[in-house]
Amino acid sequence: MLPEPLLEIKQLKKFYDIKTGWFQPKQQVKAVDDVSFTVYKGETFGLVGESGCGKSTTGRAILRLQEMTSGEIWFQGENIAGLSYEKMRKLRRKMQMVFQDPYASLNPKKTILQILTEPLRVHGLYSQEERVKKAIEILEIVGLSEYHLHSYPHEFSGGQRQRIGIAKAVILQPELIIADEPVSALDVSIQSQVINLLLKLQRDFQLTYVFISHDLGVVRHITDRVGVMYLGKLVELAQTEDIFTDPKHPYTKALLSAVPITHPDEEKDRVILAGDVPSPLNPPQGCTFHPRCPDCMMICKTEKPPVIDLGNHVVACHMYST
Amino acid sequence: MGKESPLLEVKQLQTHIKTAGGVVKAVNGVDLTVYAGETLGIVGESGCGKSVTSLSVMGLLPKPMAYVERGHILFDGRDITELPEKEMRKLRGNEISMIFQEPMTSLNPVFTIGQQLSEPLRQHTSLNKKQIRTKIIEMLRSVGIPRAEQIIDEYPHQLSGGMRQRAMISLAMLCEPKLLIADEPTTALDVTIQAQILQLMREIKQEKKMSILLITHDLGVVAEMCDRVVVMYAGQVVENADVRTIFNSPKHPYTRGLLASMPNSNERKGELKSIPGSVPRPDELPQGCTFAPRCPQAVEKCWQERPPLLSLTHQFCRCWLYTHEHQEVAAHAT
Amino acid sequence: MNQTTITSTGVNPHPVNMLRKREPKWQSFLRRLLKSPTGIIGFLIILGVLFLGLCGPWVAPYDPNQAELSKKLLPPLSDGHWLGTDQLGRDIFSRLIHGSSVSLIIGSCTVLFAGLIGTTLGLIAGYFRGWADIIIMRIVDVKLSFPFVLLVLVINAVMGAGLQNIIISLVFAGWIIYARVVRSEVLALREKEFILSCIATGVPRWEIILRHIVPNLFTPIIVLSSLQIATYIIAEASISFLGFGVQPPQPAWGNMLSEGKDYIFSAWWLITFPGIAIVITALGVNLFGDWLRDVLDPELKGN
Repeated sequence: MLPEPLLEIKQLKKFYDIKTGWFQPKQQVKAVDDVSFTVYKGETFGLVGESGCGKSTTGRAILRLQEMTSGEIWFQGENIAGLSYEKMRKLRRKMQMVFQDPYASLNPKKTILQILTEPLRVHGLYSQEERVKKAIEILEIVGLSEYHLHSYPHEFSGGQRQRIGIAKAVILQPELIIADEPVSALDVSIQSQVINLLLKLQRDFQLTYVFISHDLGVVRHITDRVGVMYLGKLVELAQTEDIFTDPKHPYTKALLSAVPITHPDEEKDRVILAGDVPSPLNPPQGCTFHPRCPDCMMICKTEKPPVIDLGNHVVACHMYST
Repeated sequence: MGKESPLLEVKQLQTHIKTAGGVVKAVNGVDLTVYAGETLGIVGESGCGKSVTSLSVMGLLPKPMAYVERGHILFDGRDITELPEKEMRKLRGNEISMIFQEPMTSLNPVFTIGQQLSEPLRQHTSLNKKQIRTKIIEMLRSVGIPRAEQIIDEYPHQLSGGMRQRAMISLAMLCEPKLLIADEPTTALDVTIQAQILQLMREIKQEKKMSILLITHDLGVVAEMCDRVVVMYAGQVVENADVRTIFNSPKHPYTRGLLASMPNSNERKGELKSIPGSVPRPDELPQGCTFAPRCPQAVEKCWQERPPLLSLTHQFCRCWLYTHEHQEVAAHAT
Repeated sequence: MNQTTITSTGVNPHPVNMLRKREPKWQSFLRRLLKSPTGIIGFLIILGVLFLGLCGPWVAPYDPNQAELSKKLLPPLSDGHWLGTDQLGRDIFSRLIHGSSVSLIIGSCTVLFAGLIGTTLGLIAGYFRGWADIIIMRIVDVKLSFPFVLLVLVINAVMGAGLQNIIISLVFAGWIIYARVVRSEVLALREKEFILSCIATGVPRWEIILRHIVPNLFTPIIVLSSLQIATYIIAEASISFLGFGVQPPQPAWGNMLSEGKDYIFSAWWLITFPGIAIVITALGVNLFGDWLRDVLDPELKGN
């Protein structure tokens, strides 16, 4: 059976104008620069990269939480890039988001009942009593209970808040959930609980995830396919196992080798990258990775690398062009 | 110096914090020793008391809200628990240095890097201005900061996160301390930058023969850096062993849970082994073992009585499970 | 004890707190008021001033406008005049009581209307940005470059004196501070993840504003209002001081101050007592406002 595409991103771009002064020319930050990928129904698609690589901006742009500069977003066969606020609002029933910071993403002045029934209410689903019942149901599914209905977010620990954030996203039974670093703010012993919850919900509700994270261990565990981003560009995209066992792009290689070892006796070949991620205000010419690349060639300094398909493994690097 | 000479000894440390709801025992009877030339890791989750322990050592507790209630801190054989602030200042930055998680907030935004770095040199040495500048540039170079002659006159916000952490490290290293306390030094950094900074810390440690007290929640960082590990939970040490013992044969159910929940030790897409429940708040600790409510192996006794820190063959472990095999009680529960 | 801990393991760190039945709103309101000494003091002061303002005519020992030149400038506690008399021999205590209603009306009406107008415009500017923001904030900037009192004076000079016109002019000058505070709060709020989360959920725009942003504005608005009430009461004093305020012989704390200024060295009580009245009222409003802010914030409840 061919997998059915649920979400297709085509040439997504998000540029910010930076005003530097009255009479200076405007500068542009290319936060997301020509990113395309497809997410299939039922899979978990990972987006990884370091801070400032544009992975969160991509996630938010897909949900139109941030207006994009150009590009197409096809969701269930419809280009949602140009939808009006109201049309988009109705569509949001099918696409939800889980945020990184469980302390900031719940309104501190609302009780859990209000937080959980609001999605149902604004989409005109069920009667008031049924909504309360649904809220209790979902609370139990995410491992909390009816007792918590009248509590406020601050009465919960970080892990519990993230459960509530997830419950809020799942209560509408959406097709797609974009999870932006959903476990990064949590304690180690809580992270695994929340990952288990996400996996369980995916099985129970046939959810499709776009999982945005910088934690490669978590990404390896939870995702089916992974896109690696660097400075606003997708540099590599493949099945998770392929990325982790046979990375092609020099950046992916360096990123994977930088992950701390998991046992003191583990030996690791480190590619320690020189320098920092360059400022997106002034990205390097040619391949944006070339100043840090251990395999940099002449052509990399002048020409943008082409996107090369190595059979289910896409990489943007001159090394693989023939 | 042999590995046997202890540089820092913390004995039965209790640090209390006054809050609106009463006194919280943030650190409740912690014992640990850092030997000369080694890296000791303190591992634990938020609220386990690892940062408060390090602040107690540095004498940086926000007094009078937080104070050392009991216990002793010995540095190089000298009791520094009750040291007056003036004496402590001589020690800080000179013999003990500290680097923090967020390099942006620990550097003063209105001073240049050079101005901030010259402070400890003016305090603790008698170098003149020119010598100080040369020394700082040298130091900045040694921590891998390019264009050191220019960076010295730049402000913290002009540097990237990784560069700021390097500047912090060079600040900490200026007076060649015997002990470096690093509180989550790479948590705010990206993986590739984290690898750079950890590498740098390893090199400096080799070269200067200093000790590091590394506070982290990341077991990967522990595996990379540490010789010995202290695992803390709810203000107490629950396990204390060398790093290989911790990873090969952890004894305490909490340490085991932490290791088992690392995604890499689980089958992909499968259910991760996890510790149920959440970290207890320090003001509502159970009466028995603090880990009992989350422990898969808890028995009746665990709910009643706090276990002592037992001395086992290879490690110390605070758990009733091992009473039959223990040789002596290292420290009693408090 | 063990039993409850075991069952509540993990999911529920504060079993007692969670199981507590929610009491009716007014009851918990009262309970918390009784717990806070500063809240009670503020509340009592406001009640007292309200009482005087409403029942003044029955409480005041003398007719506030009854002049008796033979008894002019009597010091406090003489001849049955507790707080003394003014330059026309009128009883200061009675005038204070009668004047409280004017001060109250000015303070509360101005805060109410200025708050409403300013909050609405600030919300629009902060949430929708764009042209609305530019226009509203330019008006605010222009007005800010104009001294508050001067603006009020100009309006009063054009429209004439009188209680109603004082309020209109104070509102006209006073909404800008609300607009500015609200706008900056909204700008910060709309970047918060929970507002983004509302958009992601599909909450309609007006509901995001009314249900999610406005409740989070209560705290700054209350704090601001409790400061502003006092400012407006004093502003009335300044306007009266300059002769545009509540017209004599009708007593108001402000015009009492302005009339008493000539006697500042010879009869201190003429300005001292209205001054104290203004300070106490302002203090009461501030104390109550502080307490109200804490109560409205669920995160501070119970602490």
